[in-house]
Amino acid sequence: MSLALAADAFLALLILGLAIWTIAASQTYGAVVGFVAYGLLVALVWVRLGSVDVAMTEAALGSGLTGLLLLGAAAHLAPLEAAERQARPGPWLRLLVGALCGAVTAVLAAVVLSLPEPAPTLGPAVAEHLATLGVRNPVTGVLLGYRAIDTLLETVVLVPALVAVWSLATDPAWGGRPASPGPRDPGSALTLLAQVLPPAGILVGIHLLWVGADAPGGKFQGAVVLAAMWVLVLVAGLRRPPALAGRPLRWLIVLGALVFIVIGLSGVWLAGAFLAYPEGLAKPMILAIEILLTPSLAVILGLLLLGPPVADRGPGT
Amino acid sequence: MTLALTLFTVISVSLGAIFFLAGTLGLLRFPDTLTRLHALTKADNLGLGLVVLGLLPQVAWPLGALKLIAVWLLALLAGATVGQLLGAAVPPEPGTPGDRATGAEGQTP
Repeated sequence: MSLALAADAFLALLILGLAIWTIAASQTYGAVVGFVAYGLLVALVWVRLGSVDVAMTEAALGSGLTGLLLLGAAAHLAPLEAAERQARPGPWLRLLVGALCGAVTAVLAAVVLSLPEPAPTLGPAVAEHLATLGVRNPVTGVLLGYRAIDTLLETVVLVPALVAVWSLATDPAWGGRPASPGPRDPGSALTLLAQVLPPAGILVGIHLLWVGADAPGGKFQGAVVLAAMWVLVLVAGLRRPPALAGRPLRWLIVLGALVFIVIGLSGVWLAGAFLAYPEGLAKPMILAIEILLTPSLAVILGLLLLGPPVADRGPGT
Repeated sequence: MTLALTLFTVISVSLGAIFFLAGTLGLLRFPDTLTRLHALTKADNLGLGLVVLGLLPQVAWPLGALKLIAVWLLALLAGATVGQLLGAAVPPEPGTPGDRATGAEGQTP
């Protein structure tokens, strides 16, 4: 057995063990910590499979951002947890849930095992026509060239998701500021981090966006890093969260989706199909979408983390 | 020359791995949170530093090497900050002198 195979097998066993531990954890908080570690290990698996783009998305979104959202949820649920544990569902219901989950796993395993040996692939066809899109990273090419409608939907869906989070606010708080995620404490190490890290982090975020055309990276990964820097400054209490009724903020939120839709519609007129790029203009259009989507995504992801607005001292502005 | 560099990489990365192992051992066996944090940050700082040092001859100079060093510096910064925050959040133990934790006591929410 080669060393690489041994390492892969160890990684797979570790992930399985961590998954079981996460499910079996009695505290919600512990389960979330397990889930975050699990996501980071899954990102390692994606690296081993050669999918660095997926690995970065998994680490940034699947593990980091989702982990933070779940941590917030766990903190909110903590007072109710003990009562919830008293009211455990009956043995038959638990048996049923277990059986259904087992069935899903069995079906998935059967599907994976029954795949045809040289798996059907459009890879060579994509590689052949990648040059016409003007991007060298095949993942970006597929996401914005061949499957642009999927990418459009998954970016636009963030706007209603944010509105859904906001709609949890009480009526007087609507349009106000989200609760400040952390108290200002000038002596804390967090203050130093929030002052030192953002310049480097913003650079990394823009770098990730820019190399997305040629190497693993792109708008989502870059936007997550930018959002993380913003939230870090807010958590350290150096800035207050913005008032959600602000006109410029709302324009920023919908800017990316609007540009994507407008470029998509212009394809109907210029190239004969929704989201089709006219000859020779593919690269600038993809670039425009990526660059204008990034600030929108960063703001949306940050606001998702901040949660609904809370009642402020002053009237909602 | 190449052999010497490869040897350097193997030795340095192995030393780094030993520090990670020792740090993990400390995390599991040390009695309280502060000493566990101490073990953990040692593993992160020195272990990762040695791994990065060992990998330097294997990557393209200067961009690859600078990126590796940047990763180490960012990990140092993050590790030090998280260590401070966790340390400040620890309630002072009854048996130990609590004067080092005065910063933590003043700001319990």
